Amino acid sequence: MFDFDGIHEIWQTITRNKTRSLLTAFGVFWGIFLLVVLSSTGNGFENGLMQQVEGVTPNTAFFFTGETSEPYKGYQKGRSWSMQMADLEAIKETFPCVKAISPEASVWSSEDKNVIYGSRGGSFSVKGVLPEYNTIEKSKILKGRFINDTDISANRKVCLLGKKVYETMFERGEDPLGKMVKVNGIYFQVVGVIRSYTDNVNINGSIDESVILPYTTMQQVYALGDKIRFFAIVADDETPITDIEEDLKQLIKQRHDIAPTDEDAINSFNVSEIFKAFKGLFFGIHILIWIVGLGTLMSGIIGVSNIMLVTVKERTREIGVRRAIGAKPKDIIGQVLSESLLLTTLAGLVGLCIGVGIMAIVGSITANMPSDNMMFQEPYMSFKAAVAATVIVIISGLLAGVLPALRAIQIKAIDAIREE
Amino acid sequence: MIRLEKINKTYFGAQPLHVLKGIDLQVNEGEMVSIMGASGSGKSTMLNILGILDNYDSGNYYLNGKLVKDLSENEAADVRNRTIGFIFQSFNLIPFKTAMENVALPLYYQNVNRKKRNQIAMEYLERFGLKEWADHYPNELSGGQKQRVSMARALVTQPKVILADEPTGALDSKTSAEVMQILREVHETGITMVIVTHERGIALRTDKIIHLKDGIIENIEINNPDSIDFSKEIK
Ligand SMILES: Nc1ncnc2c1ncn2[C@@H]1O[C@H](COP(=O)(O)OP(=O)(O)OP(=O)(O)O)[C@@H](O)[C@H]1O
Ligand SMILES: [Mg+2]
Repeated sequence: MFDFDGIHEIWQTITRNKTRSLLTAFGVFWGIFLLVVLSSTGNGFENGLMQQVEGVTPNTAFFFTGETSEPYKGYQKGRSWSMQMADLEAIKETFPCVKAISPEASVWSSEDKNVIYGSRGGSFSVKGVLPEYNTIEKSKILKGRFINDTDISANRKVCLLGKKVYETMFERGEDPLGKMVKVNGIYFQVVGVIRSYTDNVNINGSIDESVILPYTTMQQVYALGDKIRFFAIVADDETPITDIEEDLKQLIKQRHDIAPTDEDAINSFNVSEIFKAFKGLFFGIHILIWIVGLGTLMSGIIGVSNIMLVTVKERTREIGVRRAIGAKPKDIIGQVLSESLLLTTLAGLVGLCIGVGIMAIVGSITANMPSDNMMFQEPYMSFKAAVAATVIVIISGLLAGVLPALRAIQIKAIDAIREE
Repeated sequence: MIRLEKINKTYFGAQPLHVLKGIDLQVNEGEMVSIMGASGSGKSTMLNILGILDNYDSGNYYLNGKLVKDLSENEAADVRNRTIGFIFQSFNLIPFKTAMENVALPLYYQNVNRKKRNQIAMEYLERFGLKEWADHYPNELSGGQKQRVSMARALVTQPKVILADEPTGALDSKTSAEVMQILREVHETGITMVIVTHERGIALRTDKIIHLKDGIIENIEINNPDSIDFSKEIK
């Protein structure tokens, strides 16, 4: 039935009425084309967005203090409190799954130019962090090194410059390492230049536009005392951050005489939930895309079925003659089904190829765009989806032929002779 | 070759129409007979039954010694394909196939491969002087040529019986004579032939004329077709 001979026979009937076959096939072509383009575009946005979020390790949570909202152990409610370094140590001891932990303190300056080097100056935020911060907010060290343990223990007056800070303060190509930069009136030695992983996800302002100090130095220089109001943790891959988030809060509450039921004293948010929300959003978008694409395809298929019904009616005589000279019902069914299958599959494959081709061009154009924080990345359909689309086309091609085929075998040989 | 016993056929239309009222007929192997009768006398109905294109209500029809009754679609298709060749008044060629492809089509349903069946089709076209027209489509052929193509198609499976319903009905008298001459030649190879016709000139070129009237065989006329000059036009 599907030998080459058969295909020749079928091809002849399809090409007999080229315009009609083309118009019929167009519906299917359009359905698949739309599916490919939409689904690839959806993937493009998903990849783009996911790449933006990649700057933060997914298994991350942030904690920050607030005023207490319940009286507890003799304290009034509305108490302002803060954590200490010792709390972080305790967390590490209690939760071995915590891979990295770092407080963060930021100082914004109201001064016009709070960072000065030579004759140049600019206004940038100042952040204090621990060495482990580097694994929480992913960044790229462009020159030198990150904050290290000695910086922390010795309260060294060193700093890292964000990429933009470096570009503002130094000549192009000038080596900043070892240079002394004046930050809010105090000199710090530059040990590195840092760039954020992406521009879109930052914790307390872009790293590119920050000067980064050792946390202890920051505490000392800005007279913050041993106070921590904000910290971030990363858990190892085996422990979802949501599993320990609440326990961790309880530990801190306990250490600071805060009611276990106090919801406001310590707040947190975690990145994995944001990731989940994004994933859910794109899952929804993909479902929508498939509904639209398959809907269009469906109307294309119904079009094919419809036209084939008309064609079968028109071909009453031809089919009758075939029956008279020895075609069996299965030959006729096979012929109609194969016609529908061939037409649909060809149209579908052309739609698939053109869709994939166009998206490949779009993809290479966006890939060559200079910006490194494209919201649109690799707009390609997954191989699985392409295979699924092909299978759907083939099945629907067969389905489209069923009704016309049933109609065709109703035609008896004698109809050919009668219908004059 | 063909034996009909008390064949009855009624069409159940708006009102039932008893078309064949007990037909008994014997056509021997290699015989060439014609059926004549007034319009509506049931000639085509009878030929359709002979060709297993239609079924009959009662009686028995033996073809090539086998009872043809209540055949399945597949069996009927097989018998039509291998034992019977059809020639129609309106040719019934497939318009989007060339002369050669039309002739080759019955072999397609015997699963003969394309090369082989085109080769056989060419032999038949050549035999009917249509070699140059093999690649032409039916609408590029004259009536006589079309009928010759359809004769080639009827013969390509080497059937035992040729059934022709007014094969010359759409042709002028000169072409009719050519077609009859070819049928006569085919008949001489030993093929049994039943031809329905309105024209006495055609009927006279067959061995026997069966006169049908109101659904029964009125009489059978024996001819001597060898006494007729087949190159002459038919009046
Ligand atoms: N499918 C059918 N349904 C109902 N009546 C039919 C059908 N086919 C034929 N008839 C009727 O049966 C009768 C015999 O028809 P048939 O075609 O056999 O006549 P015919 O002898 O071939 O006539 P003609 O010389 O005009 O071709 C006619 O009255 C015709 O109207
Ligand atoms: Mg008739």
